[in-house]
Amino acid sequence: MAEIKKTATRDSYGRALVDLGAQNEKLIVLDADLAAATKTGMFKKAYPDRFFDCGIAECNLMGVAAGLSTMGYTVFASSFAMFAAGRAFEQVRNTIGYPHLNVNIGATHAGISVGEDGASHQCCEDIALMRTIPGMTVINPADDREAYTAVLAAAKLQGPVYLRFGRLAVPHLFGDDYAIEIGKGVQLRGGKDVTIAATGLMVGEAIAAAEALAAEGIDARLLNIHTIKPLDLDILTEAARETGAIVTAEEHSVIGGLGGAVAEGLAGVCPVPVLRVGVEDTFGASGPALEMLRVYGLEAEHIAAKAKRAIAMKQ
Amino acid sequence: MDAQRRLELRRLAERARMGIIEGVFHAKSGHPGGSLSSADLLTYLYFEQMRIDTKNSKWEGRDRFVLSKGHVAPGLYAVLALRGFFPVEALKTLRKNGSFLQGHPSMKLTPGVDMSTGSLGQGISAAAGIALGAKLAGQDIVTYALLGDGEIQEGQVWEAAMFAAAKGLDHLIAIVDNNNLQIDGAVAEVNSPYPIPEKFAAFGWNTIEADAHDFDALEAAFTQAKAFNGKPSVIIMKSIKGKGVSFMEDQAAWHGTAPNAEQYTAAMQEIEARLAALAK
Repeated sequence: MAEIKKTATRDSYGRALVDLGAQNEKLIVLDADLAAATKTGMFKKAYPDRFFDCGIAECNLMGVAAGLSTMGYTVFASSFAMFAAGRAFEQVRNTIGYPHLNVNIGATHAGISVGEDGASHQCCEDIALMRTIPGMTVINPADDREAYTAVLAAAKLQGPVYLRFGRLAVPHLFGDDYAIEIGKGVQLRGGKDVTIAATGLMVGEAIAAAEALAAEGIDARLLNIHTIKPLDLDILTEAARETGAIVTAEEHSVIGGLGGAVAEGLAGVCPVPVLRVGVEDTFGASGPALEMLRVYGLEAEHIAAKAKRAIAMKQ
Repeated sequence: MDAQRRLELRRLAERARMGIIEGVFHAKSGHPGGSLSSADLLTYLYFEQMRIDTKNSKWEGRDRFVLSKGHVAPGLYAVLALRGFFPVEALKTLRKNGSFLQGHPSMKLTPGVDMSTGSLGQGISAAAGIALGAKLAGQDIVTYALLGDGEIQEGQVWEAAMFAAAKGLDHLIAIVDNNNLQIDGAVAEVNSPYPIPEKFAAFGWNTIEADAHDFDALEAAFTQAKAFNGKPSVIIMKSIKGKGVSFMEDQAAWHGTAPNAEQYTAAMQEIEARLAALAK
């Protein structure tokens, strides 16, 4: 069996920034002393005159990004998710979100798969925080191609965008003919018994879960919800109506992320059982990324088990 | 400064003070104290210093102003109205449902407002970003930012101060409205930011001190700041909170309180009397 190619979405981010830099002279990239880790360093090397390191000062970073955007620049501001969405939340809310400025936040090292750095750096709250900001677009790409095209799409979109990338190398799922369409969920597999709606690196796990369920005679529909805001309620409502139960899967807290967004959305239009796979209401811990995903219940088997429970709840 | 021009500025500043009182009185809330302490400065900036086009408020080549101490929006609005961005009559809609004059400045709603502010400490970062953008484009644009002396207790101000100096943003001019009072009392007693010039100097800024209520002093300060190369400049201006309304002067209680009908009348009469004296 051929080895599956893997790439961390932060690498896809760095590569996309370099390609965008060649096309757009008004593109500026900012970082907060993490250029090597967030991969904005790739842009820094290619376009040193359009890269600015703000140092370890994420709140100022967001304000500088806002100011630059008012001068006609397309700005990408980067740090780890914990600091971009967490520490600088109010700066993003008031100085970028409220005036609806054209700032793209490239947040890397999201979720439990940060691994060894442990709980202080494992941000499982960023989707919840960012999606409460009016007008903020929130994208959580699943693989290399989706991440790369998400960066290109975000650069074209007017208004603030939160892009969530990972540290861990994840399998390539989509070919070069695929390009993200912001706000449009993607059905990866048809099915009538239950729907799995996954985002980010959990899409790969969800594919494995759907295959395992199929082997047991369970016909699971699979949706890739890369954009958590604006949420594609159309594709989710159709799935709820046709399959009668939903399981969400995300590398994020079960509170306020994709699971929260789907439950909130469906409650008003087509209430069906919605079970959530994610980090339960707890902090992370140090350990190798793949082990941490297992410890925190973020593998295919966890999704499959919840899918069966969701089906049982239909009766 | 030419005596006639000085007189005109003093008249304009008095009219700005009337606009402030008018706004907060009709809103029944808002921040007169800091608006009055910065009224002369705002008048001076918008009528003497800034290159702007009131008919094209989004002109790309304009100088920028960021009200980092966003709560003194009544002061900014009064001066923007006098300068011609919108009718003075609109000041009475301050803070009303549906008004384009929000409690704190919104760049999306109000002509002449270059950045949305209100949460203290954030405007100066945005101003640094604007100054960086202008510098990159090679544009001869000056970015001004007004900070409160209480506001500089926010850590983000010093993140921005470090950044602006490190990036050599010499077309950025910050002004600290040093009226010595914040909501809970004297800034020195609440959490002292003093000595202010030394702190900015240590962060790599060119520092200038001036009297906030003396147009000649302001002119000298801005002339020096604009001529200075290689470092951002900060003008620490000594001011009187509530300046120009005698019963509001130097009183922390007037930070965020609106006058009642009696106080409104007294304030307006006091300012009108000065304006009449200036007309002679």
